[in-house]
Order: sequence, then C-alpha cells, then structure tokens
Amino acid sequence: MEFLGWDQLEAGAVIPSFEDKNSDIVKLKQEERNYAKTNSYTASVADWRVFKPVFNKDVCIDCQNCWVFCPDTAIVARDKDMLGIDYDHCKGCGICAEVCPTNPKSLIMFFENDDNDTALSQWPEKKKKEK
Amino acid sequence: MSKIIKNLKQFSTSNDRFEGAHLLCPGCAHSIIVRELLNCTDDNLVIANATGCLEVCTAVYPHTSWDASWIHIGFENAATAASGAEAMYKTLKRKGRLKEPDKPVKFIAFGGDGATYDIGFQFLSGAVERGHDFTYVCLDNEVYANTGGQRSSSTPRGASTTTTPAGRVSYGKKRYKKDMVAIMAAHGAPYVAQVAPNKWKDMVKKYQKALSTEGPVYINAMSACTTEWKFPADQTIDVSDLGTDSLVFPLYEIENGHKLTITYRPRNIVPVRDYLGVQGRFKHLFKKENQHIIDEMQKAVNEKWELLQRREEAGI
Repeated sequence: MEFLGWDQLEAGAVIPSFEDKNSDIVKLKQEERNYAKTNSYTASVADWRVFKPVFNKDVCIDCQNCWVFCPDTAIVARDKDMLGIDYDHCKGCGICAEVCPTNPKSLIMFFENDDNDTALSQWPEKKKKEK
Repeated sequence: MSKIIKNLKQFSTSNDRFEGAHLLCPGCAHSIIVRELLNCTDDNLVIANATGCLEVCTAVYPHTSWDASWIHIGFENAATAASGAEAMYKTLKRKGRLKEPDKPVKFIAFGGDGATYDIGFQFLSGAVERGHDFTYVCLDNEVYANTGGQRSSSTPRGASTTTTPAGRVSYGKKRYKKDMVAIMAAHGAPYVAQVAPNKWKDMVKKYQKALSTEGPVYINAMSACTTEWKFPADQTIDVSDLGTDSLVFPLYEIENGHKLTITYRPRNIVPVRDYLGVQGRFKHLFKKENQHIIDEMQKAVNEKWELLQRREEAGI
C-alpha cells in the first residue's frame, strides 16, 4: 500500500474502514467483512507481547468473561462458544487470564516463545479449596 | 429498537465494531468501555472523539479501528461536533434528503477527563443546554495520560502526577476531584450516570438507557489507567473492582436532574486504603507523615455515600 506524506494529505481526508459500502456492518461477523487495508483489523500488534495467553478448551465453561473484558477484541467468540485467541491483535496484557473463573484457569499466561502444545501439556491440576 | 441483552453469553454474539490492533496500552480500560458501548446497540453510530488517548491511539495513519462513522476533532469540541452532526441530520431528515430515513442513528461523543472536566467544559455545557440528542461519554482516567500524566481537575486528592509530584514538600494534588456528574445533572440533562467497566451488566443497561433517551446524556466512565495509576496491566478489572467496592466510584444514575438511583451496592464495602494501596500514584500516602490524608479521603468518601443514599431516599 502506498502511504501519503503529511504534506500530501488534504485537510478533511477520510480513511475508509471497508472496501465496499455496506451499511449493515453490525450483522456481519468479522470474517465475513470486506476490510480495507486501512482498517486496523489488518494490522498486527503481536510483537508487543512478552507473555501470551494460552487457551485450554477442556477446562473452559464458555462464560465469556474474557470476551467482555478483553481490551483488544482479541478473544474469538462465535455463537456463544469461546473459540480461542486472535494472536494478531492480542497485546498480552493478561486481563483474560485474571478474570477467568474456572479451576484450574482455562487461560494461563506463558512466555511468548513457548510452544502452545508444550504449554497445554504443563497445565496445572485442579486446586483443592483451602479450608 | 434497542438490542436485548440478557446475559454475557448472548452479549458475546455481538459483532464487534471496534477493531483490535489499536495502539492503546495493554490493559487499558478505555477500549473495554468503548467496545461495550458499540456492542450494546445495532443502530448506526456517528461518533465524535475529542483529542486524548482514545483518539490518538485508534486512528494512527494509515489505520483506523472504527467500523462506524468517526470524526477526529479538537481537544475541546467533541460535544460541539456531535451536536452539529445531530442538527444537520435532523434538518436533512426534515427536508427528505436522507438515503435511509428510517434507519435509527445515534450520536455519541467521547472525551477523556481532560477534554471533559477542563478543556471541553463550556462546549459540553452549551451542547447540553441546547438540548441536542446525543450521548457524551467521559473516559475518566483522572489524569492527562496522553501527554505524560499532568494533573486534571478530575485527579483525586493525594495523587502524585507530573505537575503535582509527591515528595518532601508535597503529598501530591491538594484539591478534591470535581463532581462532574452533579454538574451535568444540574444542567437538567434527562439522564446522567456513572459507570465502571468491571460491572459490565450495569454498564450495558445504562448505555442502552442513555442511547434510547431523547436529549443530551452524560456518562462518566471510570477508566483505570495502568500507566499513570501505576499498576500491572493485568490488574485493570481488579483495580476497578476495588474502586467500585470502596465507593470511591459509586455507581448511580440521575434522571431529569433530580431522581437519583444507586444501581450498585457493594456487599462488602472495602476500605479506601485498599484501593489506594494497589496504585503506585498513591504510594507516598502510606508514609507516616501522610497517613492523615487517607483518613480524610475515607471521610470524604463516607460523606459522599451518605449524601447519595439520602438523596435516593428523598428523591429530590
């Protein structure tokens, strides 16, 4: 994509979010939308992360707490199911792991360079309630 | 017609109109607040955004994070831009020149606490007085976070900022926070409310009420700032929880300038000390010579809570 310099842009310029003119965008899921290259959905902030959340489907109860509290729209939830994490947009803040109510947590922060499968094999056991 | 949201599972089927890969700090509460507002309605939106963290981080050339009409406006005139757009929309509708006249459109203005409490104050006041049909959301992070953490009139007493640094001579900001909710209620706005991101259901309810209310609406949203409040990025929701449970940020709404309703009563009220303790900006208050500030703050919070309860009872 060709970018214009600050002195080439006209005052009042518009950045389009989509390639087509669809006024019913709220009815389309993210994968069905025709994003323009100027939409930040096409960009990535993956290099911001030091730690990444790893998602364990076996423990998840689909409560969607992580979805509602994610600041970066990085939790993929479709049809009331939690599907996973959008690693292009996740900044690794760790809120999702913090608000996860299950025991053990179904989202745990691991070091960015760790492999997801290795992380899943190291998943902690269920903790007993302390009396 | 407003969207019906019964529970979190149903809410999660909303299609986001605020995209990721914006440049707000990891753990910023701004985007949680904005996402919930954009998800709680299916109507078309026209958004005016005052300069501040939200504006500079969501529209960094060449990218935009907004899937709705969004205008970048100066520091002071988010309310003015929203009211202007609303006035034009009404005129075009009257003249029959709209392409889709039956589609509901909502007008929203976002501003930080600097843009609302200080710089955009008279413009917001004017827009509310003129009675435009729009919703103003103040993302109240109690500091000018975008420019490096200067004090604003929303900064609470005792907070250390770059222009009110705590040290040997001073304990931070000496003045109390401005009560913006009461000021906007005094304008006679039909609906004024205070929300916090950790109570998502309360927040969605108030947003929907705000959008369906005809006339100017002011919403003060507590937005915990990991950078300037100085706490780890994953603690945003926990700090917000402490804020609402210690009643530093009581959640309530005021209708027609007088009918006050408290919408959240914490089961266990947490001492203000706990809320201050998790934030680096209040670290100096725990020194021996500054302890009396904490007691004074606790007293002020108690008095405010007492006043709110009395006002709710009396209904005036």
